[in-house]
Amino acid sequence: MEMRSAEFKERAVFAIHDASLQQALGKARGGFVGKRAQQAAELPEFEQLREEAKNLKNEILTNLDHYLERYEAAVTAAGGQVHWARDAAEAREIILGICKHVEAKSVTKGKSMVSEEIGLNEALIENGMEVVETDLGEYIIQLAHEPPSHIIAPAVHKTKDQVSDLFLAAHGGPRKTEVADLVNEARQVLRDKYFRADVGITGGNYLVAETGSSVIVTNEGNGDLTQTLARVHIVTAGIERVVPTLDDVSLFLRLLARSATGQETETYTTYSTGPRRTGDLDGPQEYHVVLVDNGRSRMLAGRFRDMLRCIRCGACMNHCPVYGSIGGHAYGWVYPGPMGSVLTPLIKGMDNTYDLPNACTLNGRCASVCPVKIPLPDLLRELRHLQHRQELSPPMQRRALSLWRFVATRPKLYHAGEWVATRLLKLLSSNGRIRNLMLASGWTDARDLPAPPGRTFLEQWQDQRGKP
Amino acid sequence: MAETHTKGPRVGLFVTCLMNVFRPNVGFAAVKLLEQAGCAVEIPPDQTCCGQPGYNNGDYDAARALARKVITTFERYDYIVGPSGSCMATIRHDYPALFENDPDWLGRAQALADKSFELLSFLHDELGATDAAAGVSHTATVTYHDSCSGLRGLGIKGQPRALLAGVAGLKLNEMEDSEVCCGFGGTFCVKYPEISEKMVDDKVRNILASGADTLLGGDLGCLMNIAGRLSRINAPVKVYHTAEVLAGMADGPGIAAATKESN
Repeated sequence: MEMRSAEFKERAVFAIHDASLQQALGKARGGFVGKRAQQAAELPEFEQLREEAKNLKNEILTNLDHYLERYEAAVTAAGGQVHWARDAAEAREIILGICKHVEAKSVTKGKSMVSEEIGLNEALIENGMEVVETDLGEYIIQLAHEPPSHIIAPAVHKTKDQVSDLFLAAHGGPRKTEVADLVNEARQVLRDKYFRADVGITGGNYLVAETGSSVIVTNEGNGDLTQTLARVHIVTAGIERVVPTLDDVSLFLRLLARSATGQETETYTTYSTGPRRTGDLDGPQEYHVVLVDNGRSRMLAGRFRDMLRCIRCGACMNHCPVYGSIGGHAYGWVYPGPMGSVLTPLIKGMDNTYDLPNACTLNGRCASVCPVKIPLPDLLRELRHLQHRQELSPPMQRRALSLWRFVATRPKLYHAGEWVATRLLKLLSSNGRIRNLMLASGWTDARDLPAPPGRTFLEQWQDQRGKP
Repeated sequence: MAETHTKGPRVGLFVTCLMNVFRPNVGFAAVKLLEQAGCAVEIPPDQTCCGQPGYNNGDYDAARALARKVITTFERYDYIVGPSGSCMATIRHDYPALFENDPDWLGRAQALADKSFELLSFLHDELGATDAAAGVSHTATVTYHDSCSGLRGLGIKGQPRALLAGVAGLKLNEMEDSEVCCGFGGTFCVKYPEISEKMVDDKVRNILASGADTLLGGDLGCLMNIAGRLSRINAPVKVYHTAEVLAGMADGPGIAAATKESN
């Protein structure tokens, strides 16, 4: 998927004026936030679990090489095969190679953000394969030829009416308008695809080092059908997804659904360990895991390691007032919202991603709900610091900061500036307010600026109390 | 009104930039509240800015330059107190972070951080002045905006409400999403004005739905943003800093309100 993060501002403004998007966002925001709060309140140890999960993730990251090697050994012992991909291109090549080797014509996919990250669908389609997304949300946006706008609710930007239209165009009439009818129609269409699939590709929420199992969680059961009915199952996952033991999985499972959708647990949690064994009634003939680095080991080595704790629940974007105002597409790539604003520059590079770390008020609501306590605002600020040092921020901003520093470190000069500003603004005001200020039109286009009373506090204080 | 106790703690008042220029009344309200609670308030005249604009825009060197000035200016007091969760969270949390690799300054930054407080939580938690508003009357139905830095950075939530409970005639109607950002975000509001406008409109809708005639909060950045929007759409809601109400000094026009009766 082509990155369009450089167009962030234009896309954000467009989103704000898109009435049906705003309608869809409003609905989603209320649901996710309220349900998560209720789940967190009903589990007395919820805060303690967050702390435990953070610590466990940190321990895993410290010993990541060790756990990955153990995981690979366990997968191999179970009859599967692990492939290592340094970047997106290598990951695509590996998966294409497997698909070609088994002469795949039809590929079904469970939801996988890593497959979006590496641009897998385009590569498979270019090579003549039919690719079918089986997660309902992913299926909807595949029909609409759009990227996901949310990491767990990819079609959250779509209204029911828009889905009705898409289904009518893709499946023929009559046009369904009830949610149950729409879901049923998708189920009928997809059922046939599962049985015909040569390769089923899923993500991996957790990769268990002690057993070599991959774990996926879904609410639709589509992942199960994708991975058990196809001849070949390919798991794609980032290298940070490994966890030491099955017990550790349960810790994350307790946090994931509650943080993501506000459910106690997802409907389906499915463990896959290797291909079909003798005597198994079902399961794939081949089992592959493609472990994707794509910038992650660079994060591991640097000051953005905390970001690798992310379990992809989406709570940060559900609670982000900026995401809630503009939706996911404005961010211009695969990962939106706060986590995406950190990940995108780190994976895709600092060029053309300037706005992502900056379009944030640092209000901290994301970090306050993150199940693994990633200090997202601090990481976003750290990216601004990198932009500043690499001179990627606008020259005007850097000049303004230099000037501000020069003046603010000289109290007499600073107070003289305040003296002037106070009087000038009062002069420009009418009836206590300034309606239009050329140099601050960003402010006055939407708001009035209160007029200063004419003398600064420090001036007035000096008069009243003299020298302290 | 309690007389000034010279034996009380020496408090250096941090004069925030917005307060100094746009709302001096908040400064006088802060002095009054602190003195009533027994503090000896001093206001060093050579103070400027906490450095947050530099820090949040990635210019850490500029932020450190400002931080060193603030540390030098205020470390001689028992406390540094300011009427802003945002500036005080910068001093309390960000100063030690800024100097984590500078052993010469880290100790001084941490020492100042440890004695830095936002005004309302200082009165309530540190001084135990839970009756700070005793004898004050302000007839209004208010709603409270929880500014993000104060709320999540400093744990300010119950303190202003507890203090306001002592104001006669004041009724609190909580709004929906009082903890959601108003869209100010420092330079964010001028860098991304359309997104900021959308966020402040969401906030304004919740304020109006609460039925309150007055909005209170603890940070002038947020309050000027919301008041400016309320004024632009001619919504009849008055806006004050909480300190002004607690000190009984909210009898003048609210923030961004008309100074004359009719326009």
